[in-house]
Amino acid sequence: MLIYILKRLVYVTPVAIGVSIVCFLLVHITPGDPLSAILPSDATLELQEQMRAAYGFDKPLPVQYALWFWKVIHGDLGTSLATGRPVASEVGRAVSNTFILSTTATLIGFTFGTFFGFVAGYFRDSWLDKLASGISVLGVSVPHYWLGMVLVIIFSAQLGWLPPTGAGPDGSGGWRPDLEHLRYIILPAITMSVIPMGVISRTVRALVGDILNQEFVQALRAKGLGEYGVFKHVVTNAAPTALAIMGLQLGYLLGGSILIETVFSWPGTGFLLNAAIFQRDLPLLQGTILVLAMFFVALNLIVDVVQTALDPRIQRG
Amino acid sequence: MKTTRLTAALAVLAFALAGSAAHAQGTLRIGMTASDIPLTTGQADNGGEGMRFMGYTVYDGLINWDLSSATKPSDLVPGLAVSWSVDEADKTKWIFKLREGVKFHDGSDFTAESAVWNLEKLLNDKSPQYDPRQSAQGRTRIPAVASFKAIDKYTLEITTKVPDATLPYQIAWIMMSSPTQFEKVGKTWEAFAKTPSGTGPWKLTLFIPRERAEMVPNADYWDKARVPKLDKLVLVPLPEANARVAALRSGQVDWIEAPPPDAVPSLTQAGFKIVTNAYPHNWTWHLSRVEGSPWNDIRVRKAANLAIDREDMKELLSGLMIPAEGFFPPGHQWFGHPTFKLKHDVEEAKKLLAEAGYGPGKPLKTKILISASGSGQMQPLPMNEFVQQNLAEVGIQVEFEVVDWNTLINIWRAGAKHDSARGATGMNYTYFIQDPFTGFIRHLQCNLAPPAGTNWGYYCDPEMDKLFDQVRNTFDKEKQTAILQKIHEKYVDDALFLMVTHDVNPRAMSAKVKGFVQAQNWFQDFSPITMSK
Repeated sequence: MLIYILKRLVYVTPVAIGVSIVCFLLVHITPGDPLSAILPSDATLELQEQMRAAYGFDKPLPVQYALWFWKVIHGDLGTSLATGRPVASEVGRAVSNTFILSTTATLIGFTFGTFFGFVAGYFRDSWLDKLASGISVLGVSVPHYWLGMVLVIIFSAQLGWLPPTGAGPDGSGGWRPDLEHLRYIILPAITMSVIPMGVISRTVRALVGDILNQEFVQALRAKGLGEYGVFKHVVTNAAPTALAIMGLQLGYLLGGSILIETVFSWPGTGFLLNAAIFQRDLPLLQGTILVLAMFFVALNLIVDVVQTALDPRIQRG
Repeated sequence: MKTTRLTAALAVLAFALAGSAAHAQGTLRIGMTASDIPLTTGQADNGGEGMRFMGYTVYDGLINWDLSSATKPSDLVPGLAVSWSVDEADKTKWIFKLREGVKFHDGSDFTAESAVWNLEKLLNDKSPQYDPRQSAQGRTRIPAVASFKAIDKYTLEITTKVPDATLPYQIAWIMMSSPTQFEKVGKTWEAFAKTPSGTGPWKLTLFIPRERAEMVPNADYWDKARVPKLDKLVLVPLPEANARVAALRSGQVDWIEAPPPDAVPSLTQAGFKIVTNAYPHNWTWHLSRVEGSPWNDIRVRKAANLAIDREDMKELLSGLMIPAEGFFPPGHQWFGHPTFKLKHDVEEAKKLLAEAGYGPGKPLKTKILISASGSGQMQPLPMNEFVQQNLAEVGIQVEFEVVDWNTLINIWRAGAKHDSARGATGMNYTYFIQDPFTGFIRHLQCNLAPPAGTNWGYYCDPEMDKLFDQVRNTFDKEKQTAILQKIHEKYVDDALFLMVTHDVNPRAMSAKVKGFVQAQNWFQDFSPITMSK
């Protein structure tokens, strides 16, 4: 097993280097000038050229890449052009904010998803099933930035119940799960939760339907077990798959959502990426994409290892 | 299990809704259009908005802008310098008498040495306090400065490269940060940014990058009349226009910059104030004067200016514009008395075009660069299409090359002759026109063609250059104004730009905001504002 893990780690290295090259090139081949982030818009061409040299953007791309890569493997993601702050600290803060939002959203999605799924699965083909399934289909098909805007219009602009933007009364500094901060997370978390809710609900519905049709359920009922007892058995059987799906959905959401975070000005990775793109802040953009990409590389590695540990037959060469 | 979870969630929701936030009295929260808190170290970034909120609030210039009047264009007033004058014998030598007894927020004294230290922070890359970020912002603002020195504790001497009477306008850009605080925080601007210290009416107390900045009044401010009345001023970056409107409507902020025009009617209906005023901004087509450009013919330039129905365009923008009567907004002290009136006259325009050799059988075809959106660009797509339609009516067929705003800026720097201009003969560009240099000189002085400057169209007229020289060499304020008027008259009478409109800098605010005077300026004063309960 240890050898397998080491082997997988060796395989990951070229992938990681490849990812870093793609990150670097992607942001350099896109149109726009990184210096626009720091120069006043009426600066002259002369000053622009001087600044280009000062920031090293006049060097050939391979040289720029090598310099950047050298710093990255030493843990330095560089300095944001637009803010002059270290990229690592900016990305770190954003990751923690996205983590707060996506775990909350996953919890909400899981709670409602399993609830609707069980209801639909238990009362298959009844109007309750149609209603619950309808909600989950809506969940996966509604564009969530649209939903976010509608929620803002209703609950913030019209009713004035919940704040429409930001992570807390004083920004994200000192975030804690108290009421004042929870008010800020409700709208973005609900918006973000509709997709996992839809996915989990549909999976659970199918699972519950399958389990209810299995012979052991009939046997339980034949032995005279009450409906509550049967329900407990169904839950126990459905839980592993539902939890696995929830884990996957959490993985997706941790990548951050540019649209939702921008609509709600939630200071996570999606919001940071959006700002970096608009400001042509290359170091910040490279750093954020690299961290997110590495996150997925690590996630895949962990999944592979865990899967192999659970079932040695699927060991990948 | 399900039900308990649900009940818990509902309880949290109910609590959250009940606890609607109670805000401290006298706190003004502003939603900015910038996506980050502007640079806090002194020379702010994020253009005019950055200087408005993070420049003239925490800091002062040696010279400040008088932002107390809404009815007349603002002018310069003494700031950290009480007076300034040019040496009669050597017109490149300026003496600034500095204000005594001024203290930075950290308690240290402001002296001539501090002023020198601050100029070095921008211009001397060998000095320990040199800051490339502030330098990028500030250096272009003081092109005239050659050298500087402290004569005594409260006297500063600045020498210019050539005689230049516009120096005071340039110096008004430069913000004074505290050298003592810089030493105290370990001589790095990164640390200084978190705990900045200036001499301005506001002290920065909280700074969370990209999210929030908070300021409290500087009770010891040297200008007692401008000690802020509020308890606190909060800045929140909200780059997304709809998010800004939602934040205002839900009471999360009390004031937003640049509400989208289509949100204005509903905001007014909901009881919010829309504050607008003229300010030195224009929305023009900068015309190329490179050989072969049709705009080299004054009749074509005049015809285009007469073709635009500016009143109709105003309706398109829900009234949020001032129709252009010249390059500067009507009523500006440099407007003068141009004879060419920018009216809507299709017949006259057709006649002029016919004289220039164009007509129904031979329309004038040309290409113009425009952007899809951008800072200060107002609503470039519908507005340019409107202009295109107007021009088509008189026989000028315009084809647009639409590029992203940052690309347009780079093409503007590179000049009309550069390949990146793609053979276009004009570009839609909006200008910050606050002083003689940004207002006139940089656009049309012969030797400021790219790469040395931003005379995009390579215009060159010795007569205009002579007027620019006169402005630089006229140190008497009234006489200088008369020359600036003459320059503006030439701008209009020679129809040097396609002059379309001026923005009115709209901002929307809660009815609780009292005492705000919207100066005719890019910068504003937050000191007189109070919040009613």
